[in-house]
Amino acid sequence: MAFDQSSASASENAEASELQMMIAVEQQKAQFEAQVHTFTDVCWDKCMDKPSSKLNSRTDTCLASCVERFIDTTLTITNRFTHMVQKGGMH
Amino acid sequence: MDGFGSDFSSGAGSGKMDTGTIMEQVKVQIAVANAQELLQRMTDKCFKKCIGKPGGTLDNSEQVTVMPVYFICRLMGWYMKCNFKPQIRCTFEHANVMLWDWVMLTDIFVCLLQKCIAMCMDRYMDAWNTVSRAYNSRLQRERARI
Repeated sequence: MAFDQSSASASENAEASELQMMIAVEQQKAQFEAQVHTFTDVCWDKCMDKPSSKLNSRTDTCLASCVERFIDTTLTITNRFTHMVQKGGMH
Repeated sequence: MDGFGSDFSSGAGSGKMDTGTIMEQVKVQIAVANAQELLQRMTDKCFKKCIGKPGGTLDNSEQVTVMPVYFICRLMGWYMKCNFKPQIRCTFEHANVMLWDWVMLTDIFVCLLQKCIAMCMDRYMDAWNTVSRAYNSRLQRERARI
């Protein structure tokens, strides 16, 4: 993947923007993983009582539900907060 | 760790790295940060799970505290086996068990602790995967709605 030897700025711009896009994809993946860390942290406390031998299906369901409810809560808070700000209630 | 120390492929004196090298380095950095985050949280959770307050009971919860180890030792007499998992076994056989045999108690304590931590790590990774799948499917559902 050697660069074109010519110093035409068009090809350099194309490379740069392609690189930017690829980095943005990686950043998005990293953000996803960071969120998973947060969810796992919170939902571990909620769903795991004892470090038992296997991850049984009850814990599995609990973790999945926990993630869903956490996202719902975040969305609710965000929407309501936006609403409150728009109404000019926050001074 | 490919990509580190590789030559920069450059135009004439421009000193640019090629896209592949840059992307490799970016991915490695992100992966390292991810692993650090995982280890930090895992350590925190498993410490709390496995090291209980002194005076707790060592029942099915497999929390390790210092006090009950003495009682187990006393009850079991001169023979003790911990058989939680096939891979890790703590077997201590002594002809005479003195209650205040500190070396043996420490060995048992450490062994139980290691087993608890190993189990906790497995559970945390399972939980992480479950959460990842749940989050992913939720994102896909949200995207489908838009």
